[in-house]
Formats: sequence, C-alpha cells, structure tokens
Amino acid sequence: MRGIVSDHELTSPSTLQETLALLSDDPGEVRPIAGGTDVMVELAAGVLRHRRWVNIWQHDELRGIGVGEDTITVRALTTYSEVRAHDVLSREFPMLGQAAAESGAWAIQNRGTIGGNIVNASPAADTPPALLVYDAKLILLSSRGERVVPYRDFHTGYKQMQREPDELLSGVVLPRDPWLVGPDSRALQRYRKVGTRKAQAISKVCLAALGVVEQGKVVVFRLAFGSVAAVPLACTAAEAVAVGSAADATLADRVAAALTGQVLPLDDVRSTARYRARVAENLAREFATDLANGLTGFAR
Amino acid sequence: MSESPAQSYLRLSVNGVAREVSVHPMTRLIDVLREDVALTGTKEGCGEGECGACSVFIDGVVVNSCLVPVAQVVGTENVTVEGLADGDTLHPVQQAFIAAGGAQCGICTPGMLIAAVALLRDNDEPTEDEIRVALAGNLCRCTGYGRIVQSVVDAATLVRATKGAGA
Repeated sequence: MRGIVSDHELTSPSTLQETLALLSDDPGEVRPIAGGTDVMVELAAGVLRHRRWVNIWQHDELRGIGVGEDTITVRALTTYSEVRAHDVLSREFPMLGQAAAESGAWAIQNRGTIGGNIVNASPAADTPPALLVYDAKLILLSSRGERVVPYRDFHTGYKQMQREPDELLSGVVLPRDPWLVGPDSRALQRYRKVGTRKAQAISKVCLAALGVVEQGKVVVFRLAFGSVAAVPLACTAAEAVAVGSAADATLADRVAAALTGQVLPLDDVRSTARYRARVAENLAREFATDLANGLTGFAR
Repeated sequence: MSESPAQSYLRLSVNGVAREVSVHPMTRLIDVLREDVALTGTKEGCGEGECGACSVFIDGVVVNSCLVPVAQVVGTENVTVEGLADGDTLHPVQQAFIAAGGAQCGICTPGMLIAAVALLRDNDEPTEDEIRVALAGNLCRCTGYGRIVQSVVDAATLVRATKGAGA
C-alpha cells in the first residue's frame, strides 16, 4: 500500500546547531534524512514507520572530502559520485571508489551518501565492507560534543549501532597508512560484489579484503563481507588465523575454515544461505590464494 | 505536539520558471512535478530508484525524482524532460530518439533522454559500453535497448556537428 506523506513530518533547519538541538530535544523521536535513497523508498512503499524526520541535506558543512597528512575525512553527505570522482581517495582507497561505483546507477550515486549508507545499517550495503577493511573511524556529533568510534565496533546487531539517538554521523576518517595504501604499498586490495546484474543490483555477497605479505609471512590480513550476517561483517577469526602465518598454499584452506562461525547468511528474496556461504568462501579463498602467490595492487 | 504545518509554501524553479506550490515538505519531487506543476512528462515506474523513468536534473545532476523530498529542491534549478527542447527545436537527443526509433511505449523515454543528455554533456564521443553504463539505471520494459543505444550514438554525432557548426 502507498505511504501517506501527511503521516510524517519533515523539518529543514537552516543551521546544523538547530538540527542537533532537534535531535537532542526528544532523543529518538526525530531522525535525519540525507539523500533519501533508502528513506523515500520506504515512504512510497508504505512501510516507513518513523514519523518525524529532520532534513540535513542543506548542511553544506557535512559535505566534502578533506585530505590531511595522516587521514582523509569523508564527510557524511558526500555522495557516491563525489567519492568516485576524488583523485586521492580513488588512488589510495580504491575499494571505496569501487563500492561507490557499484552502488546503484548514476542517479542513485548522485544522491546517496556515505553517511546514509552507514547509518541505514543494511548488512547488504556496499561501502561498509571496504570501510571495515580500511579500519575507518566514525565521527558522531551531537549538541553534547563530538566523539570518534572505530567503525569495527559500530554495528552491534541487525540495524543496531553505537549511534546514540541524539547523535548525527558527521564523517568517516580513513587512516592514510603509507605502508597499506600509499604509492609504495605492497598490499593486495580487492573488492568484489556479486549480484544479479552488473548495475543497480543489491548484493547477494560482497567482499572487501586487504593483505600484505613480507618474507613469506602474512603481516596484514583484513577481510570483510556484506550480506552474509546480520551486520556488515569483519571476519576477525579468519584475520586472526592468517596474520603471522605462512603465506603458502594452505592459507586459503585455513582462512576458509575460519569463516564458518561468522559467515551466517540467510535465505531471502535476493539469494539463498547456501549460495551466499559458498560464494563468500570462494571469494575468500581466491583472495588468500592470490595473496600467497604474491599479487599486489588493486583488483576487482 | 508539533507546530510544523502539514503543508508549506515552497518556491521552486522548474525549467527556468519560478513556481510556488503548497505541499507537504516530504512529498516526492515527482508528485509535485506531475500534480502541482502539471508537468506529466516525468514518469513513475518503480517508485524505488530502480527504473529511472522519473529522472530529472537538479542543478544539472541526474537524480530519481521519486526519491527526493521536495523540501530538498528549494533554491535549486530543476529541469524535466519538458525543459530539454529549446523552444520548438528539439534537443539533439530527442531528435535522434525519434529518428532511430528509440521510443516504443514511451514510459522509459523521458528518463532515457535525461540520462543521455547527462552523458553527452560530459562526453560527446561515448563508446557503446559507456552509453550502456550511463543508461544502466534506466529500464525499458519493451526491451528496446538496441534502438535506444543507437539513438544515443546518433545523438552524439548530432551534438558534435552542432558544436562544430556553432564554433
């Protein structure tokens, strides 16, 4: 059934301070809406449960990408198109650009935001696996001040997260570790999205991974998936198994064995649990094998 | 209780014309365009950002108008398919779609035109792959993609010729 717009309320404060005040006046009562690419779908479908919304699209201070010496800050209203078009970001954090390029078609990429992709908290979202692998931090802003949360700790359950009701996600901070993402990095980075078609599809499974091998040993191994658990999943067990171990022909088997406790997909409209678990394992094995074989750089 | 009224007077610019509408601020842009501004060229297909039939330009950027609350287009320049032609002269993309049979039932056509105009603005010599990527968010239920892609190829030729002549 069609949603009825007058069942909802939308306010558009002109200043960020007013927005933060609205969020803190009645914590949990008011929710932010940015590019609308998730919220408006629910509105049209008649399944938007939340009543009171605050428009944050006009807050330009939440827009843009800041390149610092040691970090890059992608502010929350930065669109997928802006992520894709940014030179430094595309060069050093190619998985993020790839995730943005595979999130919907151009019209969605022009409107959907990185902040929305995170706080909508869909386990099928495309940028979270890349952000987990890059060990991003989130900046949460409220009228009480600002705090920084490691992204790996942020999602605590299905659509559950560490954001307090009065907090607004204002940006994502990516560490520019030259060893991992600089021009001289010896890392292998990979982002793979598996969906029903190349464009527009929502993931059945998506993988982001980064690894570094030195003198035959795995020194960095980061692996994350979308659509295989209740949250965007960092495969910490597989990471622990791989790091410090030999980058040899057994790496893929050891990584695959460590996935079983964490990769717990569901059957739903987009795919089956069995298919997802198998594809996730295949993608992880492929990455581990390529890493052990000495591949470096970014590959899809 | 909330003091914000259900309806607001909003000022919009559509195809260069200033409009004032009295609508709920969360109303979808497509509904305002079709029902309040009476421009019915923009079509609704899926209502969830999959089909692209509702594509319009906001400040020159292609968006799905079914996903934009109207409050977010106050102060922006909005262009619909009705705004592509220059008076009685159709946009080269429109001319090419007519000549090459790029429209069948016509529901996807406004969105296809907007997406094609956006592509050719930045790239007037696109490859077929680039055209297919640019139109990937626009679904044609008649599946007339061959003619649609050909229309964009032809439109690119027209655009280049126009630029050459105008130089």
